[in-house]
Amino acid sequence: MNHSFEDISAQLKKRHRKSARLKWMSMGALGLAGLFLVLFFADMLVKGLPAFQQAQVQAEVQYTEQAAEIPLAALDEEMRPLVSRGYLRLIPQRMEADSDLLGTTRTEWVLADSAVDQYLKGHKTSLNASQQAVVDRLASEGRAELKFNTTFFTKGDSKMAEYAGIASAAFGTMMTLLVTLAVAFPIGVMTAVYLEEFAPDNRFTQLIEININNLAAIPSILFGLLGLAIFIGFFGVPRSSPVVGGLTLALMTLPVIIISTRSALRSVPDSIRHAAFGVGCSRWQMVRDHVLPVSFPGILTGSIIGLAQAMGETAPLIIVGMVAFIPDITGSFTEAATVLPAQIFTWAGEPDKAFVEKTSGGILVLLAVLIFMNATAVVLRKKFERRW
Amino acid sequence: MTGQTAGEPVTRNEDANHELSIRTRDLNLWYGENQALSGIDMDVYQKNITALIGPSGCGKSTFLRCLNRMNDLIPSVRIQGMIEMDGRDINDKKMDEVALRRRVGMVFQKPNPFPKSIYENVAYAPRMHDLVSRKADSDELVERALRDAGLWEEVKDKLHEPGTSLSGGQQQRLCIARAIAVSPDVILMDEPTSALDPISTATVEDLMDKLKQRYTIITVTHNMQQAARVADYTAFFHLGEVVEYNDTKTMFANPATKKAEDYITGRYG
Repeated sequence: MNHSFEDISAQLKKRHRKSARLKWMSMGALGLAGLFLVLFFADMLVKGLPAFQQAQVQAEVQYTEQAAEIPLAALDEEMRPLVSRGYLRLIPQRMEADSDLLGTTRTEWVLADSAVDQYLKGHKTSLNASQQAVVDRLASEGRAELKFNTTFFTKGDSKMAEYAGIASAAFGTMMTLLVTLAVAFPIGVMTAVYLEEFAPDNRFTQLIEININNLAAIPSILFGLLGLAIFIGFFGVPRSSPVVGGLTLALMTLPVIIISTRSALRSVPDSIRHAAFGVGCSRWQMVRDHVLPVSFPGILTGSIIGLAQAMGETAPLIIVGMVAFIPDITGSFTEAATVLPAQIFTWAGEPDKAFVEKTSGGILVLLAVLIFMNATAVVLRKKFERRW
Repeated sequence: MTGQTAGEPVTRNEDANHELSIRTRDLNLWYGENQALSGIDMDVYQKNITALIGPSGCGKSTFLRCLNRMNDLIPSVRIQGMIEMDGRDINDKKMDEVALRRRVGMVFQKPNPFPKSIYENVAYAPRMHDLVSRKADSDELVERALRDAGLWEEVKDKLHEPGTSLSGGQQQRLCIARAIAVSPDVILMDEPTSALDPISTATVEDLMDKLKQRYTIITVTHNMQQAARVADYTAFFHLGEVVEYNDTKTMFANPATKKAEDYITGRYG
């Protein structure tokens, strides 16, 4: 029986409707995901951007002999509750370092207390009515304003919100990731090369393969327990240090690097291996000179994504003690340090309202670093990619 | 095998060289349980082109890959019998397959230049085998190999562009240049023109004819006209055996076996 175009079109209508419906559903899902992303970023920016500004007040600081003993004496009574205790504490030290200061009175921009900061940003504040009036007067005279918050980027953690910064956590993250990279990258790549290019395909290597794939799916906190038991308990690596954190994260990153390296190696066509064997390469020469250069962009991308994932990990690091309160930037791999996500976690638990914006600000910094790392992965892949 | 004595062709090509290059005796090969080659006796003569023809799955490519031990890469392969080259059994434990492949080069079915520059494609192997160390020597060798492969004029101005930017026929000649750069004794070609257009095929065939003055060439081909055009000797494979090994002219004009005649005249294959 033959069909006319009309018959076929009538039947097709239903099919077209179905595919249109599916298309709209997929677009809806994508739209929803996009919406959440925008909401998330908007919320982060609204809450976090104020953290990059901090209130300062202009005060007359009297460097008297009394001030060297009791720093509060350096200020007028009405200014005392408005200035950061962190600033006051430094006055005796500064006077000791610079003897010319003694006996002078200087007008200086001084870091304000977080209550002033919150008040100027329009949040709830612990200032009483008369203190608020003083701040209002100072603000109208141009002697109290929000300035760029360098402290946030140059200092470590503090119990005083206005003195708390992200720098020590950022340094800790950097050092921890350096350790992770130095350990996980060579071991992971070599393991993958061995499994993919050298190892015979037998029961034993299949067992190893299954185990590596399973390792990638293990809850990260278990790696923390493993790190605690082995690195701290058995090998005696100092706890809370970038070394132990880095090693623990390396354990977690290894399977990711192995798996991504293997798939990068597998995507190299066998014709290249045959060509290399055909001109008399040994197996290692074949891998080093032909397979690795071609798969390098893929290996790099996988490793950077693995590292970025490790950077966002908090749970295993809490177990090995990297949630410590670290006011100073760590200069050594074996001293106590903290990392960005752990710092955010700590701030999120602070009762002081002023830490809310610190938390969001920290998340923005973490996101910025993550985006930077992923962008690096893309750029490196483009750079090393070879035309076939 | 219908030879005069084991391994020798039925009819000798009187114009051809008769020094022995590779000799196989009672060569058997299994892929797991399946026997792919049985009792191959063949004498391959130096500085000739020997064509291996036969229907798909007859074992001709498998045989070719035995000659530089590329079958070692397949874990399930088991080989029995003797392949002799220069008085040594190449399957001997003491024979290093890297040394063997230095003397027995290979050109593959699909052009597979390294994903490197044209220059590096040719210069890589000689440098690896320590045949050249100075840059000037390397340049000279690259030019010579590319000239011998008939590619020099086309690529001399773009030696540092990727080898894969060339056309298919040029890529295959680049692979030939890569193979001859280490001055091997034997060049194995596994259907070297099957991925090429007719014009590139003709170029490669001309090239093979020139190269046989210096190298022993063993080529697998599906194209019987090609075997008739370029080969001095032809071996007809069927179901893992050499049915007939003969001077090419005789093979195509007056085959000694019924099977070979049927295949050549197109009754099957």
